[in-house]
Amino acid sequence: MDRKAKTQGRAGLLLIAPTLVLLAIVIVYPVINAMVMSFQKDQGLDPVTKTFVQGGYAGFDNFVHWLTQTCGGAACAPGSLGSQFWSATGTTFFFTIVTVALETVLGFWMAVIMARTFRGRSALRAAVLVPWAIPTAVTAKLWFFIFAFEGIANKLFNTSILWTGSEWPARWAIIIADVWKTTPFMALLILAGLQIIPAEVYEAARVDGASAWQRFTQITLPLVKPALMVAILFRVLDALRMYDLPAIMTQGSNGTTTLSILVVDQIRQGFNSAAALSTITFLIIFIVAFIFVRFLGANAVASATPTKKGKEQ
Amino acid sequence: MKRSRQLGPLAAVAVLALTMAACSSGSSGGGGGSASGDAANNLTDRGPITYVQGKDNSNVVRPLVDKWNAAHPDEKVTFKEQSDQADQQHDDLVQHFQAKGSDYDVVDVDVVWTAEFAAKGWLQPLKDQMAIDTSAMLPATVKTATYNNTLFAAPQTSDGGILYYRKDLVPTPPKTWDEMMGMCSIAKAQNIGCYAGQLAKYEGLTVNVAEAINTAGGTIVGADGKPTVNTPEAKAGLQNLATAYKDGNIPTEAITFQEEQSRQAFESGKLMFLRNWPYVYNLAKTDGASTVKDTFGIAPLPGKDGPGASSLGGHNLAVSVYSKHKATDKDFLAFMTSAETEKFYATQGSLAPVLGALYSDAALVQQLPYLPVLKTSIDNAVPRPVTPFYPAVTKAVQDNAYAAIKGDKSVDQALTDMQSAISSAGS
Repeated sequence: MDRKAKTQGRAGLLLIAPTLVLLAIVIVYPVINAMVMSFQKDQGLDPVTKTFVQGGYAGFDNFVHWLTQTCGGAACAPGSLGSQFWSATGTTFFFTIVTVALETVLGFWMAVIMARTFRGRSALRAAVLVPWAIPTAVTAKLWFFIFAFEGIANKLFNTSILWTGSEWPARWAIIIADVWKTTPFMALLILAGLQIIPAEVYEAARVDGASAWQRFTQITLPLVKPALMVAILFRVLDALRMYDLPAIMTQGSNGTTTLSILVVDQIRQGFNSAAALSTITFLIIFIVAFIFVRFLGANAVASATPTKKGKEQ
Repeated sequence: MKRSRQLGPLAAVAVLALTMAACSSGSSGGGGGSASGDAANNLTDRGPITYVQGKDNSNVVRPLVDKWNAAHPDEKVTFKEQSDQADQQHDDLVQHFQAKGSDYDVVDVDVVWTAEFAAKGWLQPLKDQMAIDTSAMLPATVKTATYNNTLFAAPQTSDGGILYYRKDLVPTPPKTWDEMMGMCSIAKAQNIGCYAGQLAKYEGLTVNVAEAINTAGGTIVGADGKPTVNTPEAKAGLQNLATAYKDGNIPTEAITFQEEQSRQAFESGKLMFLRNWPYVYNLAKTDGASTVKDTFGIAPLPGKDGPGASSLGGHNLAVSVYSKHKATDKDFLAFMTSAETEKFYATQGSLAPVLGALYSDAALVQQLPYLPVLKTSIDNAVPRPVTPFYPAVTKAVQDNAYAAIKGDKSVDQALTDMQSAISSAGS
């Protein structure tokens, strides 16, 4: 018995080894390498030869630079990337919270409609998925034209708002584009959750005289919660690394610079600071994911005891 | 390798940070330092080479490469075409240079990347054996290819801003900025915008702001690479843009304009003056949507008391220090910048030549009527800051100038911030 388990374990290890090696190459190595780089100074200019030389070991300088927004001892001047860390973090979280909240509500609503049986249901399901099927860069370009000054949005509402040229309109333009694009994804995940709820439960509730609202809050919500939490987790992680929409629609101007945009901008100015910044971004996203999985019961990889966790809080 | 040595501090981050910072600061390595060695290699070698350029939209490169290959069967050129996005071209070149690959021999670099690549030690200095003749080229274009008093690339194509104006509304174009602002009442009476350039927050804004500052006699970065925007001249330049925007002489929507939006506004008759590149000329003449086909004219950019100082666009050709066949590279450079090639570029691709003589070539001028005006523009042009920290400089200019033009902060404050943002980039 014992020996059998041992050989089985060894065979199992052998079988998953290729996957582990692959993961090590494509995930572990880049992450570690980025961390190593983040402890190096960026290349500096040699004052005599006017060529770049390696910066050497930097300790925590790069991290301090971003977190405290200091450039060479003084506060980073507006217009340098270093001055934008906290505002970019704020913008990223603002986008995340607003878009995910809107998408959850709208997605839930769409899922409830799609879960009903009616004529043309499959056509509706397919139609709803169209925005999700369009590549984000294309979506961003479309909305860029819609929100242009001479664009459809202004023509339609007979307004002359500088959608991409002033702070709040620019933010809302991006939120609208993002919600339009990813609500179907949310709806689909929630729909999958709705469909595993057995019809008998609703029937029993109806027999007991529960109102529609009660059925929704007492049956639908608790039973769909695991799927819902996973959907929200996916979307939050996705939104925290939002890049394409603001990059294309506003180039990050007017308070729409997200952390990812900042990282990409920094790559062109120095790899090592960029590595530090992406390490910070990685940690932020990791912490958020951890909070979700540990405390909010979002369990993307269903383990043997998913329900117990969910009941704790 | 040195990497594994630094995994130590990673593991012990919290405790050992300070001591580690002190003791492993010597772990810098090769990189730029070894460039002088590569620059001395393969200078007389000949053989097949690769030419790298962004997407060849007007199909001018292939015929030229075919022509070269027919004449040089032992030194064939392979054309490697990159994407048509400037950022991607830049990053592709950086990746190849960092790998010290010899698979890129002659590369096409945007004028604003030349200094950065030269400072990284990736470009072969064009001196001594590799020297090329630049005497027939427009001086401003040679400046874009020069870093630290050494020529690192051969100017290939150029570009300058010109002023498009509505000759039905203003019979004679303005010569100075003040004169142009004075004419804005005509536009107001017509209920159209007066002047626009490219003021959205992107590279075009740097181009426009640099023009405003250079025209007023200021500079952004001095010869020593230090910022010089805290001068009265620079202030006057940026103030011109900010005041014009505040007074409505530049329409509100102009802060969302890139080249295309501003062109469309002009073509649909909503602008009286437009600063743009020469490519607009043919489109405004022939575009179906253009309402100004016969009613627009072109002139040099208005300046302080004469023509304004345009920024320069265009591309330079450079030789990679890692190339194995540099003698062939040099010949190919000469071939690609010859009068014949330049003429072909101008007629087939509407790419402005760098050879001064071509601007008065009667046949060319007939085909591209904007050439004489463009010549004035390029003669008075000032390259955008030639600095290895260009990405940081352009970011500092864009962020602060955008805020100043919108009125979010004062011009003084914007320039003070710009000054310190640029100087912190170079440290």
